[in-house]
Formats: sequence, C-alpha cells, structure tokens
Amino acid sequence: MLGPIAQNLVFGIMVGGLYGLAAVGLSLVFGVTKFLNVAHGELLMLGGYAGFWIFTLWGVDPFLSLPLVVVCLVLIGLVLYKLLFARMVKLTEENKIKNTLLVGFGLSLVFQNMALRLWSADDRGITTAYSGQALTLFGVRFPVVRLASLAIAVVTLLLLDLFLHRTYTGKAIRATVQDWEAATLMGIDIHRVYLLSFVVGAAVAGIAGALVSVGYSIEPAMGLEWTLIALIVMVLGGLGSIVGTFVGGLVLGVTQSLTSYWIGGTYREIVALLIFLVVLVFRPQGLFGSKEG
Amino acid sequence: MLTVEEIDAGYKDLQALWGISLAVNEGEIVALVGPNGAGKTTTLRVISGLLKPSAGCVLLRGRSLAKEPAHRIVELGISQVPEGGRIFTGLTVLENLELGAFGSNARKVKDQSLQWVFGIFSRLEERQRQRAGTLSGGERQMLAIGRALMSKPGLLLLDEPSFGLAPLLVEQIFQMITEINRQGVTILLVEQNVRAALELTQRAYVIENGRIVGQGSGEALLSFESVRSAYLGSS
Repeated sequence: MLGPIAQNLVFGIMVGGLYGLAAVGLSLVFGVTKFLNVAHGELLMLGGYAGFWIFTLWGVDPFLSLPLVVVCLVLIGLVLYKLLFARMVKLTEENKIKNTLLVGFGLSLVFQNMALRLWSADDRGITTAYSGQALTLFGVRFPVVRLASLAIAVVTLLLLDLFLHRTYTGKAIRATVQDWEAATLMGIDIHRVYLLSFVVGAAVAGIAGALVSVGYSIEPAMGLEWTLIALIVMVLGGLGSIVGTFVGGLVLGVTQSLTSYWIGGTYREIVALLIFLVVLVFRPQGLFGSKEG
Repeated sequence: MLTVEEIDAGYKDLQALWGISLAVNEGEIVALVGPNGAGKTTTLRVISGLLKPSAGCVLLRGRSLAKEPAHRIVELGISQVPEGGRIFTGLTVLENLELGAFGSNARKVKDQSLQWVFGIFSRLEERQRQRAGTLSGGERQMLAIGRALMSKPGLLLLDEPSFGLAPLLVEQIFQMITEINRQGVTILLVEQNVRAALELTQRAYVIENGRIVGQGSGEALLSFESVRSAYLGSS
C-alpha cells in the first residue's frame, strides 16, 4: 500500500522540479516586464526539439548539449524581444498585459504549426543508453534520467537565485521588479534589464524543455499545457521568490501524481486548476509570496 | 549649473507646465515651492528625463539634456529623490545604497561613497543588513537621500523630503540637507512646507498652475504678500 504512494510521491517530485523550472522563467519575465508571455510553453517546446535534434542528428548526450540549447533559446529570445516585445515596453501595465497576451497567443499558434510542419505531430523523446536505468531504494524506483533532470533543475534555480542576489545586474533586476521608475533614477537602463530578463526566461524555458524531452516526451502542441502549468505554479509560488516557485512546482507535481493514482489520470488537470482557483481566492499573493515585494 | 529654459510639458492632452524657466548655481540650495498640483513634481521629472518636454530645454553646465535618456542623466550628475522616497522595500538597506551607485563611474568609488553616506546618516550603517521595508518613515527618507548620494551627484533634486514626517524629524532631515549642501552638493528642493523650505534656502521660485509666478531670496519671499497669504496662513 505504502509502496505505490511513495513511488508516486517520488515521480511527482521529479516532474514538479521541471514545473518549477518552467514557471521560474515565466515568473521572472512577468515580474520584471509585466509581459504575460503565453507563448512560454512554446519556448519550452522549442528547447525540447533543440535537445532532441542535437541528440538525433549529432548524437550529443542530452545533458551535455544543454549549453547549446541555451544558446538557441537565447537567440530566439533576442529576436522575439527585439521584433515584438520591445514595442510594448512603453505601454501602461494594463495594456502591456493585454497586448502581450494577444501577441503570445499568436506566437504560440505560429510556433505550434511551424513545429507540426517541420517535425510532424509524432511524440518524440530521447532514448540514451542509460535511459532505462534506475536506482531502487526501499522498493521505490528512481529513474536515473529523471533524477539527473531534477538535479539540473535545482542547480539552475540556485544559480539564478545567486545571480539575482549577488550580482549588480541581478540586484538591478530585483529593483526594477519593485519600481521601474525608481530604478531608472538609479541610472539603471530598464530596457536592458527587460531584454536580459526576457532572454534569461527563454533560456530557462529551453533547459526545462530539453529535460522534458529526455525524461518524458515532446510534441508540437505541448506548449499550451506547459504555459498553463507555469501559470499555475507562478501563482502558487507567488511572484518574486525563486524558492517559492520551485516549491510551488513540487506541490503541483506531487498533487497531480497522487491524483492520478487515487482518482485517475484524467483528473490531473482538473485538480491542478482547482488548486489554482483556491489559491487565487484565498491567497492571491501565493503560498510563499509576501504582499510587499 | 542647471538652467531650465521655457519648458512646456504634460501628460497626453493635459499640459502641466507652461514656459517654466529657472536656474540653479553651483553650490546653492534653491527651493521650488507652490501648492499641490502646481507642477513641482512634473518639473523635477522633466529635469531627470523621466518626462520629455514638448518645448524648451534643460541644460546642465551648458550641455543640453534633450537627447539623454533618464538613466544617462544620473551618470551626468543629476540625482533625484522622488516623492515618498520610493526605496526598494524588498531589498536590504545596503543593496538599496549599492544600486544608487549603479553607474560605472559611481561604482568605482562605491566604497568611499558608502563611508560618506554612513558619515551623514549613521543610522543607515547600523541597519545596513535589514530589509528596507522594515525601516521607519524617517529612516526610509534618509535611505532615499543616501541612495541618491551614492551616485556622487553634482546636483541633488529633492521632492518633498518632509512629506509625512513628524516635525522633529523634518527639522533633522533639513539639517542633514544643509550638511549635504555644505559638503558641496548643489540642491534643488521641492517643498509644500513653505516656511521651512524658505528658511533653509538662499533662493526660491514660486510655482502656480504650471507657471513660475515669483522668485527671490528665501527671506524676501517669506515677506512676499501672496506667499504669506497663500501658504503661511497669515494675511
């Protein structure tokens, strides 16, 4: 009896780490720029395909190719920002959210159909020599690949947290999140801060996508589900806290996994959305966010 | 040092400033006083580059700031303490001060500036590890001023530094402003607390409905009839 529960708990934590990673990118971009980029899931999808093709065409190990995936997504992020999002910097906060929603929906359609055209609707996944291996502890299986993915998710989030708290640029980003006008009065060029946050958000989404392609599978239409997940986790964790977002990801992952076990797989999404609503109603600042920055 | 020439500025369809001209000389404290909504804050926003004027120009040591974005104007030596301080409450006191020295020149001398600011506001040194959101009202204002000083400005713009503070604290803050000025920082001060401002400054401009309606030495303005009746509550 306890065995399956523990197993589902472990699987939930492993996928939850990726949820956290997916959400941190969205949360960083939203916090700094107030751009609600609903094409965030598509960036994840692109990261997944980048990892998949680098492995399939050149045989590069998916964990070793992560820096390459990051480079791809940084470039994509740069182009998207310069071409589309930079135009919306000057809008009021409300119009920013509205316009970026529209642009994001458009982008997600474009990327989905492009992926469908180029790479077909097939589910793809990376199968390495070590893909089937697992550690077993007290009867609970820890698949090596997912364990490594979780570790990379944690390390990425820690590095991001260090960057935001220890470097001058990171502090400028946090200041801009709080009050962009006061940040400008410090001599901070907020356009650069916006660009940087957007690109870092895209890069982190790329890492998450590549990890999904190793431990799970990817397909052109996966973006919407991941955008939703990222949104839910962002609200769960509360804006502005990386640790909170990560824990929010774990909470969602574990809840989904246990729901699948006890009630059935089809209810996973419903339970996730229920949590989302309950948090929005009773704790809109998030489980771990504070009301004040 | 600073010359504002015939500035028109506003928001969308609403013009807030009409031909504002003023000058601040090196080493002075100059006050800009006037009632709520007269255009004091808007004037400072134009000088800082947060709002670009529709006509006229701002010159710093003879150099036009028209084409400079707001973040560059800080590096050129104008630093503003906005109304209410607007410190970064989620960051520590030290982080707030560090951000004040964000520009590349200011960053090189950050440690010296920090000692300078701690010399003026010793309270900030005691509290440097605290989150800025935990500070009291007076300490927040000190942090806002200290943060602005970290950019080593030639000209400091202060927007209502006495706002919301108890009279005793106002006096303290004004003493500190005098001290900062004595150490070589030129100051343009916006105040609603007209009497206190005029006692502090050598010169002042009176602004009403977006226009400069009077100017003179602080003492002269204190006896200026319309100022007395309008702001000092005596006829």
